[in-house]
Amino acid sequence: MAKLTIADLKKIKDEYRANQTLREGAFTVKVTVHMGTCGIAAGARGIMDTVMADLAASGRKDVVITTSGCAGLCSKEPMMTVERSGDSPVRYVALTPDKTHRIFAEHVMGGTAVKDFALVAGHETTY
Amino acid sequence: MVETTSYRSNIMICAGTGCVANGSLKLKDALAIELIRRGLQNEVKIVLTGCNGFCAKGPVIVVYPEDIFYQQVKAEDVPHLVEEHFIKGRPVQKFLYTPPARTEAIPVMSEIPFFKHQVLRALRNRSLIDAEKIEEYIARDGYLAAGKALTEMTPEQIVTEMKSSGLRGRGGAGFLSGLKWELCARVPGEIKYILCNGDEGDPGAFMDRSIMEADPHSVLEGMIIAAKAIGAHYGYIYVRAEYPLAVSRLQLAIDQAMEQGLLGKDILGSGFDLDIEIYQGAGAFVCGEETALMASIEGKRGMPRAKPPFPAVKGLWQRPSVLNNVETFANVPPIILNGAEWFAGIGSEKSKGTKVFALSGALNNIGLVEVPMGIPLRTIIQDIGGGIKGNRKYKAVQLGGPSGGCIPESLLDTPVDYENINKTGAIMGSGGMVVMDETTCMPAMAKFFLEFTEDESCGKCVPCRVGNKTLLNILERITNGEGREGDIELLETLSLQVKESSLCGLGQTSPNPVLTTIRYFRDEYEAHIKEHRCPARVCTPLVKFVVDQEKCKMCGLCFKACPAGAIVWEKKKPAYIDPEKCTKCKSCIKACRFWSID
Repeated sequence: MAKLTIADLKKIKDEYRANQTLREGAFTVKVTVHMGTCGIAAGARGIMDTVMADLAASGRKDVVITTSGCAGLCSKEPMMTVERSGDSPVRYVALTPDKTHRIFAEHVMGGTAVKDFALVAGHETTY
Repeated sequence: MVETTSYRSNIMICAGTGCVANGSLKLKDALAIELIRRGLQNEVKIVLTGCNGFCAKGPVIVVYPEDIFYQQVKAEDVPHLVEEHFIKGRPVQKFLYTPPARTEAIPVMSEIPFFKHQVLRALRNRSLIDAEKIEEYIARDGYLAAGKALTEMTPEQIVTEMKSSGLRGRGGAGFLSGLKWELCARVPGEIKYILCNGDEGDPGAFMDRSIMEADPHSVLEGMIIAAKAIGAHYGYIYVRAEYPLAVSRLQLAIDQAMEQGLLGKDILGSGFDLDIEIYQGAGAFVCGEETALMASIEGKRGMPRAKPPFPAVKGLWQRPSVLNNVETFANVPPIILNGAEWFAGIGSEKSKGTKVFALSGALNNIGLVEVPMGIPLRTIIQDIGGGIKGNRKYKAVQLGGPSGGCIPESLLDTPVDYENINKTGAIMGSGGMVVMDETTCMPAMAKFFLEFTEDESCGKCVPCRVGNKTLLNILERITNGEGREGDIELLETLSLQVKESSLCGLGQTSPNPVLTTIRYFRDEYEAHIKEHRCPARVCTPLVKFVVDQEKCKMCGLCFKACPAGAIVWEKKKPAYIDPEKCTKCKSCIKACRFWSID
C-alpha cells in the first residue's frame, strides 16, 4: 500500500468519521419507525427497509434510523416519526413504501414536512 | 476499503480482558448469528472495542445511536435482546444497569453515575473504536497530532507545548514530561531512544493494559511526537509477557502503522524516521524502574543502577533515552492537537489534566475510570465506585499498590492530585485503587504487600533486600500473635531507614504500606500485640472462635455455613462453637452479619 500523506489522513478521517457519527450523537435528523407488534403486523418492516434503502442511496451520514415500540395508535400503523434538530418531531401515519419515499425526499432531505400524511407535530405530554 | 453499507445501529461489544473472560466473544458470535437469522446484518453493525471500564458488569455492550448500556448479557439472551431492541425498539429492562440503592434502571450510558463523573482524555476512544482497525483511530483525529508535530513544529516548540501543558509522568513519580524531553533533547547525540513503559506490575492495577489493548495507536502516536522532540529514531515498548492481548494488539498496530507509512522511513512524507519494537519482559516488578527496564532490554539481568547519570544523558545502551509510561504517551496527541492551554484547563494547580484509575476491591462498581485531577477521593469511591459492597463499612483505600499507602475515612475528602496524595503518606502511583472494607485487617494487609515487595526485590542493595525481609518477619510475628512490646516503633524506624537508603524506587517506597497503616490504624497493631486480638477477625491465630452470647441474634447463618458441623444451634437459642470439631476455617465469621464471633 502506498504511504499516507497528511492529506490522505484527513481523507480517511472524513470517510470513516461518517460511519461513526452514530456513536457520537452527531446527527441532525432522527427517523423513528414504530415497530410494536401492531406496527410489524401492519408492515413496519417494509417501511424500515424503504428508509434504509433511501438513506443508503442518499449518501447522507447525519441521519440516524431507530426503532421504537407501539406508539399507541395501533389502527393507524405503520407509523414513523421524523425529528430534525431544532424542529418539532412530526409523526406520520398509515404509511406505504411510496409515501415513505416522499417523506424521505421532502422532509428528511428537504426539511419540509409532508402534511398529507402527517398526524401531528410535537410530542405527547409526559409527566 | 470504505464500507458502503450504512448501518442504522452499532453494537459496541467490550473485548477488554475482563469482558472476554466473562464470555464477550461468545456473545459476539451469538449476536452475529442472530442478526443474520433476523436479516438485520446490513442494518446493525457489531464492533469489538477495548475495555469499556465497567468491568464489574461484564460482558457489557453499548448500543448506538440510542447510547443504551447493557450489562451481563449472555449468549443465550441474544434472541430476546435482538427481538426487543433491534426489531421492536424497546430497551430490554433486565440487562439495564440499576445503581445500588436505587430501584429504577438507567438505560442511557452517559447518565449512569459510573460514567457521568468521568472525563475521558487518555481513554478518549473508549468504547468508540475498534482497537484493531487503524482507520477507526484515524477517524477520531488519529495521527493528525503526529502529522502536525512532524511537519509544522520544531522539537523546541513540541517541548515548550508539553512543558506548558503541565503533563506529569503518569507512571507515578509525577515528573514533568516536557522537562524530561527537554533534558534529553539538549544532550547531543546521533543515536537516541524513545521508550514506553508498559511493565505494569502493581497488584490491582490494569490502566496501562487497558490502554494498550483498547487504543494502541494512541501510544504509538505519543511516541512519534516524543521521538521528534528528542531526536530519536528508534523506540521500544516494554510490555510484560503476561499481557498477551496487549502485546498482540500493539504488534498489530505497529504493523498497520508501518504499512501505512505512519512508522518507518519518511513518516507522512516529513522526512522523519522512527521504528518501534516491542520488548516482552518476564514480569519482574523491579523492571518497571527505568534503569532496570533498560538493563532488561539490553539483555542483562533487570537490576537498577545508581543515578546520575540520568537516562536522558546515558540510558539504553549508554545513549540518551526518554522513558514514559503508557498513559503519559496516550495523553500527548490531544495536547499537540488542542494546545497546552486546553490540557491545563482542567485539574488542580500543580496537577493538570486527568488520571486513569483502576478501581478494585470492596466496591460495587469495580473497573477503569478516568477523572479530572483534584476530584475528591470520596466522589471516586461513593459516586463512581457506587460505595462499599454488601452494606459493609469503608475502611481504607490503598493507592499506588505496594509502593503506596492507605487512606482512611477521615481523609476521604482529599483532592486526588500528586501533592495532596503525597501529604497523606500514600502516593499517586500509576493508578491502582484497592478499596477495603471493615473485614480487612490492616497489619495483615501491610504484610501482604511486604510479601510482594520482598519477593520482587532484586537484591542488589542491602537495605531493600534485608530490610524488607526484616520488616516482613516482624509483621508475620505480629499477625501470628507473637508481637512484642516495641515492635511498632521498630517497624517505624526500620521503615524510614529502608526508605532513605535503598537504591531505587522499589525500596524507597516499599515501607509505605507499613508506615501508613501504623499512622492511621495504630490501634489495630496495638490490639494484635497487647491484647492478642485481631479486630477484623482475619489473623487466624488471634481469633478465639467463640460466639458472643449477647451479640448473637440466633439467626443460624453460622450453623448453615459451617462445613465441619462444629456449630451447635437451635431456633431462638444463641449458637455455640465446639472447639473440638472447629477447623478454624472462618466460614462462620464470613457468614455472621453481626460481628458476634470473636
